[in-house]
Amino acid sequence: MTDWSFPPELWSAVGLTLRLALVSSLVLLVLGIPLANWLNTSRFRGVILIETLVSLPIVLPPTVIGFYLLMVMAPQQPVGAAWVSVFGHPLPFSFAGLVAGSVIYSLPFAVQPFQAAFRGVGRETIQSGLALGLTRRQVFWSIVLPLSKHGILTGVSLSFAHTMGEFGVVLMLGGNIPGQTRVASIALYDEAQKLNYGSAHAYAIVLLAISFSILVGIAFLQRKQHAILLSN
Amino acid sequence: MAEMKKITLLLLALLALPLARAETLLVAAASDLTYCIDELGAAFGKQVPGAQLKVSLGSSGNFFAQIKNGAPYDVFMSADMSYPARLAQEGVADGATLAPYALGRIALWSLDARFDLAQGMQVLKDPRITRIAIANPEFAPYGRAARAALQHHRLWDTLKDKLVFGENISQTAQFVQTGNAQVGIVSGATLSSPRLKGMGSRYMIAETDTPPIEQGAIVTQHGKTNALAPLFMQFLRSQAARDIFARGGFGLPRAKAVPAA
Repeated sequence: MTDWSFPPELWSAVGLTLRLALVSSLVLLVLGIPLANWLNTSRFRGVILIETLVSLPIVLPPTVIGFYLLMVMAPQQPVGAAWVSVFGHPLPFSFAGLVAGSVIYSLPFAVQPFQAAFRGVGRETIQSGLALGLTRRQVFWSIVLPLSKHGILTGVSLSFAHTMGEFGVVLMLGGNIPGQTRVASIALYDEAQKLNYGSAHAYAIVLLAISFSILVGIAFLQRKQHAILLSN
Repeated sequence: MAEMKKITLLLLALLALPLARAETLLVAAASDLTYCIDELGAAFGKQVPGAQLKVSLGSSGNFFAQIKNGAPYDVFMSADMSYPARLAQEGVADGATLAPYALGRIALWSLDARFDLAQGMQVLKDPRITRIAIANPEFAPYGRAARAALQHHRLWDTLKDKLVFGENISQTAQFVQTGNAQVGIVSGATLSSPRLKGMGSRYMIAETDTPPIEQGAIVTQHGKTNALAPLFMQFLRSQAARDIFARGGFGLPRAKAVPAA
């Protein structure tokens, strides 16, 4: 085994990873709830295509997302130029760029658990809400959503964990700037390139420990959601 | 029974396959050789009829780790001298065979017509340049050279915050090509590639601005049993090979360049 060493950058890189995961999963919480509800209830015929698009990142290599963001968001391209005029700086090589990539990359990991949780709320529960004179919107916000809280937490935690594991998007789009885009997975790769296997181990163990804890938490939440739906 | 015999013969034939190995040479080649390795292989095949190169292209650091862990390459053409030297120290390559075969060159490159690269390195002071791409100086040899050139021109400290780092020289070029960085310091080899030839404007950075980027080749322990390995090492010093490197955007090591007989 290689000798152990704690790279000085360890906590700043891990901190950046956690910040990226947190911001991305919060964005997904806000976007994901209405999207999941719309996918569940829409009568629009093309909804299956939208649903497929949302699921695509599960199978799509993250490098595809990184590659197209890099091409489309370049300051000379129309979309990239529009971004620059609004935010003042280009999307690639910035924290915001990584958030944009991560939101796309982790979208299904938030939306699918949301959809499953909303669907799990029984028809009778919804009917009785409507019978009490609530609108569909009120039923969703005051009945379906509270009953789905564990499923929502599952989606948020899953997308958080998935973003922690991100590598390809950041590699394509990040530009490896310390404190801004050099997340822990990239720092680990760099240490391995430098043959500093000791430091690479340090990053790997920390990532492993955090990911494991999150997954244990998710397993716990899923059991709870199951119990709620059964008792309902 | 006859079936059995056929199968046995087939198995024996398969066993004999590795004997044909002497006709092929497994080469682990640094990524910056991408555009001239085929030509090198063809020229080598002409010198040694029937000889064939089987090439894997990749990062020298990755090859170092792979060869150390028993990857079956015969010859390692690194992008620097230190990886092969370390392999020799570790006893997995033959230190006596280590020799520089080419010198990396670096160049400023931009697709943005607003910048006149003929000014040389001083063009980087232009405030309209907000992103400069270089390879990661922590581990990429071309990144180290780019840093040395910036330091040589006393630009490193003022421009540090504008730098973005490619994982390797190809990604650095990609940042420039997609327009995400207005200027980059890339390799002469990348700019000589068929895709980028004649694209944008370029300025070759003087070889005296940086320590030489010597690229070394070495025969691995695994390659010692391959009769083609020493022939290939000799070929790399031949005039034919040197011409290919020069056309491919490399400098040439002064070395004991004895043209192969």
